[in-house]
Amino acid sequence: MDTIKQFSVFVENKQGRMAELTRLIADAGIDLRTLSLADTRDFGILRIIVNKPEETEALLKQNGWTYKATSVIGVKVPDCPGGVATVLEALNEVNVNVEYMYAFVNRTPGRADTVICVDDEQAALEILQKKHIDILTAEEAYDI
Amino acid sequence: MAKYWREDIETMPREDMKKLQSERLVKQVQHVYEHVPYYRDLMDKKGVKPDDIRSVDDLYKLPFLSKADLRDAYPTGMLAVPMKDCVRIHSTSGTTGRRVVAFYTQHDVDLWDECCARAITAAGGTAEDVCQVAYGYGLFTGGFGLNGGSQKVGCLTLPMSSGNTERQIQFMRDLNATILCCTPSYAAYIGETLHDMGLTPDDIKLKAGIFGAEPWTEEMRRTIEASLGIKAYDIYGLTESSGPGVAFECEEQTGMHINEDHFIPEIIDPETGEVLPEGSVGELVFTSITKEAFPLLRYRTRDLCQLTRGKCSCGRTLIKMCKPMGRSDDMMIIRGVNVFPSQIETVLIEQGYSPNYLIEVDRKNNTDTLDISVEMNTEQFSDKMKDIQEKERSLASAIKTMLGINPKVHLVSPKSITRSEGKAVRVIDKRKLHD
Repeated sequence: MDTIKQFSVFVENKQGRMAELTRLIADAGIDLRTLSLADTRDFGILRIIVNKPEETEALLKQNGWTYKATSVIGVKVPDCPGGVATVLEALNEVNVNVEYMYAFVNRTPGRADTVICVDDEQAALEILQKKHIDILTAEEAYDI
Repeated sequence: MAKYWREDIETMPREDMKKLQSERLVKQVQHVYEHVPYYRDLMDKKGVKPDDIRSVDDLYKLPFLSKADLRDAYPTGMLAVPMKDCVRIHSTSGTTGRRVVAFYTQHDVDLWDECCARAITAAGGTAEDVCQVAYGYGLFTGGFGLNGGSQKVGCLTLPMSSGNTERQIQFMRDLNATILCCTPSYAAYIGETLHDMGLTPDDIKLKAGIFGAEPWTEEMRRTIEASLGIKAYDIYGLTESSGPGVAFECEEQTGMHINEDHFIPEIIDPETGEVLPEGSVGELVFTSITKEAFPLLRYRTRDLCQLTRGKCSCGRTLIKMCKPMGRSDDMMIIRGVNVFPSQIETVLIEQGYSPNYLIEVDRKNNTDTLDISVEMNTEQFSDKMKDIQEKERSLASAIKTMLGINPKVHLVSPKSITRSEGKAVRVIDKRKLHD
């Protein structure tokens, strides 16, 4: 059973805020593994997975960013038609709702690694294991 | 510990106080009629002569003074002594129009200090205390007013003025300040900064705070009291009446005792000018009765307020005024509804939000819009977009229940709303730009 630590950072709708945040992370020598931006008229939430979660958290805290550390599941989705559908059907079977999902930039041919945030992590992990759908471990996600 | 600064005055039986007020009022009216042509004209127009004023019961016969009168008379039209007899001026900020300049003789400064000394004593201050004055010094009355009161009581006075918050906290710690005087919004900011510096109320020696010069709510009082580990006392005054110290709070914290031996309060109907019975809500009007340089008779403060003469557990017999419910110039009329920023603040704090907010009013397609930006803390932030939107909706609906109109609420990140070191800017009314 393995989950990935993701940081969701509150980004106000002001010019330069995203650049400021990503520069802060870059200057600390932290690599963004993947990211996703959710936006509304007033604000955005930048969700990131990084190679050094502890350092990133300290950095965000020190610099006064509003953030939440959340755990998400990484799934090794087969890169073929129906790959995502199979995963979602499995979750649906046990009534697990997907809050949001986004993909990793792929490095392994034949695999589309995907980040999924669900409302019931335990149930999701159990059904994925039962269906022999491979989970991306935290280590794999951070690429240590 | 001394409980009162002037026990004889502060606990004087009502009948004696009325007699003292009447004597002083008669003299004050004569002084004004003789030396202030502007007010003499107002009295003549109304057909009132100084002889018609024999006691406080005749007060209603006098004409009102408004802020507009003071602006007309700018700069020296209300001055009742030769300028060479004055020792100081103070001035309003002029944010709502032309400035008003108030003049003081040494006698006026002494009486003002006395009023502030009573406030500090009521907050538990004695000559043993260290009083940090973080109100602005200068034309604004806050700094000099509390400074004078503090020295009169014999406190070691730290004339910090406002700003440089980390230095405020350093002096507060190094010199063991026990009383803090500033605006409530600055007190809240000092509390926040203290916690940001990794300190707690245990790291400071403050026991009391005297906060005024802007409207604040009971909820804000509790927030400040918790963040600084103090008891927070309200103080009231306005530049036109000398400054802070017209009224002050005692340990009961249920309204401010008015220094009635210097100021006579009335509550009037702001529309008709009719004097309302005790307990009614209306516009607060003050008559100074001991001023030399800048005496004001029946000055309309535009503060909406209530007076009560119930028995106070502190033993003072001085009449009490409630926290002003709003100032007629703070009142916004949005879609025909009267809205005070303090109403919005009450809802925010009830719902667990910080008192850092910004209200923006605009007019789009001939309809007034009300946008409220509120800071959320890390606990209130959610990773899920819909949770934040749900929080915004639920806050908007709580505000709608209070005001009757629907605002648009924007949750923003902590510290993104500009902090104030003096009076907080809470409202931006963009409608004025279009007119």
